[in-house]
Amino acid sequence: MAKLTFASEICKGCGLCVNACPKKLLELDKSRINKKGYNPVHITDQAACVACAACARMCPDCVITVER
Amino acid sequence: MAVVFKKTSMLTDVPLHYCPGCTHGIIHRLVAESIEELGAADKAIGVAPVGCAVFAYNYFNCDMQEAAHGRAPAVATGIKRVNRDCVVFTYQGDGDLASIGTAEIVHAAARGENITVIFVNNGIYGMTGGQMAPTTLPGQVTTTSPYGRDTSHCGYPIGISELLSTLKAPSFIERVSVHDVKNVVNAKRAIKEAFRRQIDGKGFSLVEVLSTCPTNWGMNPLDALKWLEANMIPYYPLGNYKDRDKEAASK
Ligand SMILES: Cc1ncc(C[n+]2csc(CCOP(=O)(O)OP(=O)(O)O)c2C)c(N)n1
Ligand code: SF4
Repeated sequence: MAKLTFASEICKGCGLCVNACPKKLLELDKSRINKKGYNPVHITDQAACVACAACARMCPDCVITVER
Repeated sequence: MAVVFKKTSMLTDVPLHYCPGCTHGIIHRLVAESIEELGAADKAIGVAPVGCAVFAYNYFNCDMQEAAHGRAPAVATGIKRVNRDCVVFTYQGDGDLASIGTAEIVHAAARGENITVIFVNNGIYGMTGGQMAPTTLPGQVTTTSPYGRDTSHCGYPIGISELLSTLKAPSFIERVSVHDVKNVVNAKRAIKEAFRRQIDGKGFSLVEVLSTCPTNWGMNPLDALKWLEANMIPYYPLGNYKDRDKEAASK
């Protein structure tokens, strides 16, 4: 069981994490706009996450916390 | 649940002002984590540059000093010489370090000052709107080289790691990149080693980190990572340029 937590309000929607995820589980959430005006990232399938933290390591803004 | 990854306490809670996808943020994290993991959190003093990283003093959770453009190695020299137990670093862009600050970095390295320099090379002046830097690639379009850098009158980019590695004093000089996870992990190893040299009293250490500027390169953040890999790395080969510990061991 893995759990990702997002500091969504500081996400700039750059998408580097989306590209880094080896299982392609992340996407920018087009249904939301954060206070900065960006579509923040979210996870599409939490159960499939292996907690490798590739996304968190590519995030320039430390948006993602990874737990297992 | 066990924490696999969380933001280091060596970074403050202030949100970074960098453009979306700018790799300055990744490099900040690697520097901060390295200091924390080496147990130097309450001994660290950073020197911020002029450039996009000018607000670095708001982000690193340690004492920070702002320097005039390019002068960070000179300021760090003074701080380190009167606070020998402190871990002193500069964080500088290529306009700051390789243009206006060329004299300061060369002499700090030549003196073997026991400081650590984090040199962020994005090939451009980011903060001021993307002008040509000494590190801009041949043919690269910038606001001041709209037809591409013309080497017939602008010469060729300066390889700072190559240049400084001709000096005798530096302990550790390495060039790394942050364009993918593997390289980010490797960049962290190099940055941590650079700080370790300082803590061990070995003298000057510098890590050149190839970095993106999506905004002034005119690309989205992902294309900027690909452009870095395809264009910057051939001109700026990654790897270790100087390691006095290894030199000593092989004698
Ligand atoms: C003495 C002085 N000269 C020029 C400037 C204008 N200036 C501000 S930032 C900068 C270059 C920054 O480029 P770089 O160091 O590559 O950092 P980046 O913004 O790309 O991270 C320049 C020329 C200045 N602030 N002070
Ligand atoms: S202008 Fe370039 S270097 Fe500066 S924050 Fe934006 S992307 Fe980063």
